[in-house]
Amino acid sequence: MSLLEINDLHATVGEREILKGISLTVNPGEVHAIMGPNGSGKSTLAGVLAGRELYNVTGGSVTYFGQDLLELAPEDRARAGIFLAFQYPVEIPGVSNMYFLKAALNTIRKSQGLEELDAFDFLTFVRDKMTLMNMDQTLLNRPVNTGFSGGEKKRNEIFQMAVLEPKLAILDETDSGLDIDALKLVAHGVNTLRSPERSMIVVTHYQRLLDYIVPDFVHVLAGGKIVKSGGKELALQLEKEGYAGLGIAEDEEVALA
Amino acid sequence: MSAVAEQTGQWLAEFTKQDAVAPWMQELRAAGFARFAELGFPNTHNEEWRFTNVAPIARAQFAHVASIPHVTDAPVAADPALAEQYLGKVASFGEHAFLALNTAFLKDLVVIHVPRGTVIEKPIRIDYTAADGTHVAPRALIIVGADAHCTIVESYSGTGKYFTNAVTEIVAGDRSVVDHYKVQREDPSAFHVATLQAQLGRSATFSTHSIALGGAIVRNEANVVLSEGTDATVNGLYIVNGTQHVDNHTVIDHAKPHGTSHEMYKGILDDKSAAVFNGRIIVRKDAQKTDSKQTNKNLVLSDDAVIDTKPELQILADDVRCTHGATIGQLDAESLFYLQSRGIGKQQARSLLTYAFAQDVIDRIQVPDLREQLEKYLFEKFHEVARA
Repeated sequence: MSLLEINDLHATVGEREILKGISLTVNPGEVHAIMGPNGSGKSTLAGVLAGRELYNVTGGSVTYFGQDLLELAPEDRARAGIFLAFQYPVEIPGVSNMYFLKAALNTIRKSQGLEELDAFDFLTFVRDKMTLMNMDQTLLNRPVNTGFSGGEKKRNEIFQMAVLEPKLAILDETDSGLDIDALKLVAHGVNTLRSPERSMIVVTHYQRLLDYIVPDFVHVLAGGKIVKSGGKELALQLEKEGYAGLGIAEDEEVALA
Repeated sequence: MSAVAEQTGQWLAEFTKQDAVAPWMQELRAAGFARFAELGFPNTHNEEWRFTNVAPIARAQFAHVASIPHVTDAPVAADPALAEQYLGKVASFGEHAFLALNTAFLKDLVVIHVPRGTVIEKPIRIDYTAADGTHVAPRALIIVGADAHCTIVESYSGTGKYFTNAVTEIVAGDRSVVDHYKVQREDPSAFHVATLQAQLGRSATFSTHSIALGGAIVRNEANVVLSEGTDATVNGLYIVNGTQHVDNHTVIDHAKPHGTSHEMYKGILDDKSAAVFNGRIIVRKDAQKTDSKQTNKNLVLSDDAVIDTKPELQILADDVRCTHGATIGQLDAESLFYLQSRGIGKQQARSLLTYAFAQDVIDRIQVPDLREQLEKYLFEKFHEVARA
């Protein structure tokens, strides 16, 4: 059974159709890159998979381990092993990063029939993962993402992913706003988490990230559809020729206007 | 009988029933009652009471009983002459019917005197408890000498339908440091009106934190008058549900130059509750170089809750910095989704965000056991809401 099967998926925001028939199969352990210009529907796809309410699915299906994913609430998707690394991680003043992550980990563990961790066991559990992401203990005690730099926010996302150990990680433009050192650190974290049981969907505008997180497959999204799929060499072709080389306008929002 | 006389009739009976006190206090009582009889209870035509209808208080019958304050960790007994010297000087009733009514029932005052230069580390606690069917008029007078430091924690609670009409007067000396907390956890069917009046000395540092959780109809007033170089913090947190009504009125009066004031009131409203925030900041003509900041933020959890927020700036000086802002909002959808996307259930996510909204007021409480107690209380309260 494939891990994720997307079949002819259509989705709208308000009146506007953004996804116009996407089909994609992801098997355990595979890393799929979704590339595309602004406005092509990349982030919408990531949001639909994670259960963001903003989007309305108007057609098609998504199955996750054979189960209808679209009928699950976002929290149930997370408990089933889906993780979305946000393009814009949300600042939540008043909730400590540690409290938040411990609550998240424990709800997920509970749903899997595992024992909940107390504060001490939790700290032991996250210590290595903090080192992996070069996270300071003080970052754990601060409110979620509040006052974090752009790089710290993205590192915090991958740190959360390391703690929650998802089966399917969706990385939504994790490279945006990162300098090369921060990008390498984030990519290193992601690569450490690659495993034969864990699949990833890496959404990005730029090929740069894929130098560090080498995908098994690359899909080019344009106008709400996958217009081309291939191996990692497709990303290199895009790097050389740009989206225009595939006959796609660089910015669809502008092109539509 | 006029409407006012009708209202005040039962109070006259209670007033005349009282045991005699010292002549000076007797005089104050009489003046207080006379003023109350003139004014009657305010109605909503009175601008100061526009959003708060106290008719249910005026209509109800209460038997007056002396409030029995429970005071712990107070410094040595204050000289009774101080009460006579200061009482009613800071909190003069003027147009204020409830203050006048409180004065009419003066007895068993809490008088705390922190002498000049004395530092009292341990918070002084004043606890009031009220019983069903009664009217209580707690009155505290706190005199803090120059360069003295102290912390005061007032708590109000009770059982049943009763009416607490409290007044707290604070005189803070030059360069003194005074932190005041008021924790109001009255019975959900009780009425609670409280006035804090503080006169702050030169370069004094003062803070007051009002935590309003209980009561059916609640009016909270915090009025502070600053001197030259005074630093005043006026914070509040009100959390209401059901049909609770809480009205916060504050006046920060910059009477002299170089004063600083910070005001932050936050409210959480659920069900059909209502809240009022009316924050007046006065900067007198002499009060140049005043720096004042006011914030009122409200989190509304239901469609039926009502909030009226009204900042009022009266600035008569020209070289000042005053900012104010008010927000009314719901839980942030993106924050909810973020928590849910990490496996946290929607209801738990809502309670977590509600708690987080109150957190920054709670964090500013410098009395550790009070802070922990409130954290625990709020956490459980919001958790209950989340489960419901």
